[in-house]
Amino acid sequence: MTDRFDAVVIGAGHNGLVCASYLARAGMKVLVCEAGAGPGGMAAPRDFGTGYRVPSLAHVACPVSEILRRDLDLDRHGYSSGDPLKTLALDTVNGPVTLSGDTASGRSLGAADIAAYRDFRGRYLDFASALAPLFENKPPRLKNMAPGDTKTLAKLGWKVRFGLGRDSMYEFLRVAAINIYDVLNETFDDERLKAAIAFDAVIGSAMGPRTPGTVLTWLARLAGERNGAAALTSASLPAALVASAEAAGAEIRFGCPVARILLDDDRATGVELAGGDSIPARLVVSAVDPRATFRRLVGAARLDAMFAHRVTQIRGAGVVGKLHLGLTGLPEFSGVEASEPGQRLLIAPSMRHIERAFNFSKYGECSEQPVFEITIPSLADATLAPDGHHVMSINVAYLPYHLKAGWDQHKPRIVDALVAGLSAYAPGLDALITEHELLSPADIEHEYGAVEGHWHHGEMSIHQSFMLRPLYGAAQYDTPVDNLFLASAGSHPGGGLTGLPGRNAAQRILEMGGAS
Amino acid sequence: MTQNSYDAIVIGAGHNGLTNAAFLAKSGLRTLVLEKNPYTGGATVSRELHDGWKYSNCSYVCSLFRPEIYNALDLGRHGLKVIPLVASMTFKQDGDYFGSYSDPNVRRRELMRHSPRDADAAIRFDTDVMRWCRLIRGFLLRTPPDPGSFRPRDAFEFAYLLKKFYELSEAQIYEFIRFFTMSIAEYLENYFENEAILAHYSGGSIIGTGLGVYSPGTAYVLLHHAMGDVDGNVGAWGFARGGMGAVSGAIASAFKGYGGEIRTDAEVVQILVSGRRATGVRLASGEEISAKVVVSNLDAKRTFLKVMDEKDVPPTVLERARNFKIRGSSGKLNIALDGMPTFPALPKDSPLTLGHMHFTDTLERLERAYDDWKDDRWSGDPYTDTLIPSQYDPTIAPPGKHMMSVFVQYCPVEPEGGWTDEKREKFGQTVIDQIADYSPDFRDLLLHAEVRTPRELENEVGLTEGNIFQGELTFDQLLFNRPFPGYAQYRGPVKGMYLCGSSNHPGGGVMGAPGANAAREILRDLKRPDTTPEEFSDD
Repeated sequence: MTDRFDAVVIGAGHNGLVCASYLARAGMKVLVCEAGAGPGGMAAPRDFGTGYRVPSLAHVACPVSEILRRDLDLDRHGYSSGDPLKTLALDTVNGPVTLSGDTASGRSLGAADIAAYRDFRGRYLDFASALAPLFENKPPRLKNMAPGDTKTLAKLGWKVRFGLGRDSMYEFLRVAAINIYDVLNETFDDERLKAAIAFDAVIGSAMGPRTPGTVLTWLARLAGERNGAAALTSASLPAALVASAEAAGAEIRFGCPVARILLDDDRATGVELAGGDSIPARLVVSAVDPRATFRRLVGAARLDAMFAHRVTQIRGAGVVGKLHLGLTGLPEFSGVEASEPGQRLLIAPSMRHIERAFNFSKYGECSEQPVFEITIPSLADATLAPDGHHVMSINVAYLPYHLKAGWDQHKPRIVDALVAGLSAYAPGLDALITEHELLSPADIEHEYGAVEGHWHHGEMSIHQSFMLRPLYGAAQYDTPVDNLFLASAGSHPGGGLTGLPGRNAAQRILEMGGAS
Repeated sequence: MTQNSYDAIVIGAGHNGLTNAAFLAKSGLRTLVLEKNPYTGGATVSRELHDGWKYSNCSYVCSLFRPEIYNALDLGRHGLKVIPLVASMTFKQDGDYFGSYSDPNVRRRELMRHSPRDADAAIRFDTDVMRWCRLIRGFLLRTPPDPGSFRPRDAFEFAYLLKKFYELSEAQIYEFIRFFTMSIAEYLENYFENEAILAHYSGGSIIGTGLGVYSPGTAYVLLHHAMGDVDGNVGAWGFARGGMGAVSGAIASAFKGYGGEIRTDAEVVQILVSGRRATGVRLASGEEISAKVVVSNLDAKRTFLKVMDEKDVPPTVLERARNFKIRGSSGKLNIALDGMPTFPALPKDSPLTLGHMHFTDTLERLERAYDDWKDDRWSGDPYTDTLIPSQYDPTIAPPGKHMMSVFVQYCPVEPEGGWTDEKREKFGQTVIDQIADYSPDFRDLLLHAEVRTPRELENEVGLTEGNIFQGELTFDQLLFNRPFPGYAQYRGPVKGMYLCGSSNHPGGGVMGAPGANAAREILRDLKRPDTTPEEFSDD
């Protein structure tokens, strides 16, 4: 039949939309099915309480890459990356350290550290650039390579050996697989500074600063900062992606949850909606968590036993909660200038503090001294809160998905502890709170579909990266199920609002002749 | 040639120094080994620190020593006899135990008792681990290629490694990378479900490391313990009769047999360099001895920051040496016992006391022990590797008496406020209490306990920060990164100067490989016949 779709994309998160947009531009007839009422998934604005709104679950993000902006014409469709945020690492005793671009400043911050920060950041941005060929292509197979794989490896090898140069390459090979804790201790003295960098390396992962692999997670973040400094997530990204996809002829249906992927033998033939209707399509792209894709939408019974077994080995239990506070006024943070509260505020006084907070989560417990990433988006956009009011958007680590005490019973107590923790830095905060909402990893799973509430649809550990993400056999976006492709953060190069998994997936589909 | 001039001087009579010297002497070099202590062996020693008990007071099992070296130096003839270990076990808090027997049928029966599912998984597990062992073992007696060099030799070596990998299937390559970068807990959870079994098989992966069972990069350490087993060479995993001193003793004897010379109480304070070339050493006594080649068996930190003059070392190397990670994480108790302690959990005459005994039966307990170390405390509930070698070897304790060796993970380099003798005794007491929980008569039998923390290890043996591997075995310090990038081929920053200790590839454990590999490079530079052995497979 003529109105049959070439591709059905499951999920209108930013990766699903990016993928759909690319496919539509290649002339394919594309349908996007989104369970929720609007686009963007974790990048979508969220209302809470009465009259309060936060930009999204991912409240801070780097601009999407030039490649996407150009290919998808995002700027013309209204995308703006927002004003770059400074990072203030709060400290009640010595005052904050401020990070902006490659400059670090702050009371009692040594000149040596300030210089070291500039060099360090420069050097690691070079490392991130060296990895670019890896991030911007499908991960190369290490045996039985296709020409594309060889090309990527050659580019990577060249960039590492000659792009970086001998000594820088040595250093890259030394640090690539280790923890950020040792590297930062080698380089800096100031605890505030070290903790601020370590925070960016671990946030979103079930890792502490001392966990091997945290240099790589930090490099993944820096790869995003090559496009520009992190800013408050604006609703313009999902909107622009929708506009871009629709302009290219893709159809997007909201409130349209997919119940399962239809199979004919080992071949995907479309999707069945929760309502029971089935939508046939030549190929199916899942932009939801790979674990949900294989376990729930396909079903282990339909998969090769060894593959199904390896799917159960994918790790990714969320450790970050999101606390939203509706405030009657603007809180004051001790040591923070009146002009600064609109920036990104970190409460992570030392790497040891972060590591200790992480320790508890390993045993399904919560630290009394958690780590906070705070923004007050209403300062940038007054419409987010009633007149004179403000809204505070806070990432809290580490709150384990598998909380021994159980989230339902324990949540109120945790909220009190969190507010107390914040009040230590913002005296009188509790008096300003009119509304609050804590999204535990369990809530994030329930409301955003991320299995075990993990931001990145799977831990960004080395053994789940590149050809191992989400698992080998499905790392190049095609899967053991013919005509079924993956396009979420669970695939290479992983989480963050980069759109790269969606783009790489689309290119893989087209390379495999998906358009014909 | 004057009495005071040699072809080669080796600084430090540890097992690697002696191995290195033995191969140099075997190829005809006039070789002198200098040792600061009044005895040889470094951390591979047997000492009498309590009347009548002569035991291994540092390293305590002979698990990794390369059979190729054993044969090449004919150590059997020099009196080295290794007695195989028959079992290992973990006591459970509920009064039960898990035993891992060397007899595969008994082992399977015991696995079944705890979890039939795990008994089946063990078959898959053993096969997989064996595969990785075969792969890794091929790299031990080779010099790592330098990724920064374009010399044909390095290119060939990379090609060789690549060829080895390509003997694996594509899926196996990915499985290997996962194995190499994973935590031991996560890796084992891919096979096993039973808590005690998980804890039992993960313990070995944290020995001597600054990592926990949940830290990525601990899984492959499993090989350090499996490798001996799969050598097919029974002797490769067990006790040296007479203690570890018998190992260094045999190598020393082989060395002397080749005409080598050893001087004890001869501490080297300075490697002499002139014109970017090592010319000899200066002793604490002020005496200077000249040599064409100077080899350091000291760890990288000591070699570059203590016995070399700053002006002889490039600034980048100095910085690397300062940043070299060598945090100690282990302690040890050597306990003289008035008799054999009883363990009520075990059936009468159980063979399990003949092997490794552990008292931590969950992954959480193991990981919490690590959390203590991260905060510079010794573990309140430590992982211990406890052995009673006197059951095999009557030479180490008087008749009817016994000797217990307790390796303790974790113990900090420096607890808050630094070590004091009082703190050391507190640390020892923690360990004794843990054992006493499982052996009611243990305390009464205890005659003498030598408690060793990283502090004692550094002061006595000269291992910086008491790290038993002469440097942590993390990815930044493995293969061509060990000890640092650009210096992983056993050559120092000046001509005629080399390193042969465990700070170099393939790292720690009484293996002898770094010593042999360094000897190969030295003989190559001197254009002498290569006397060092090639890796052989006997499976």
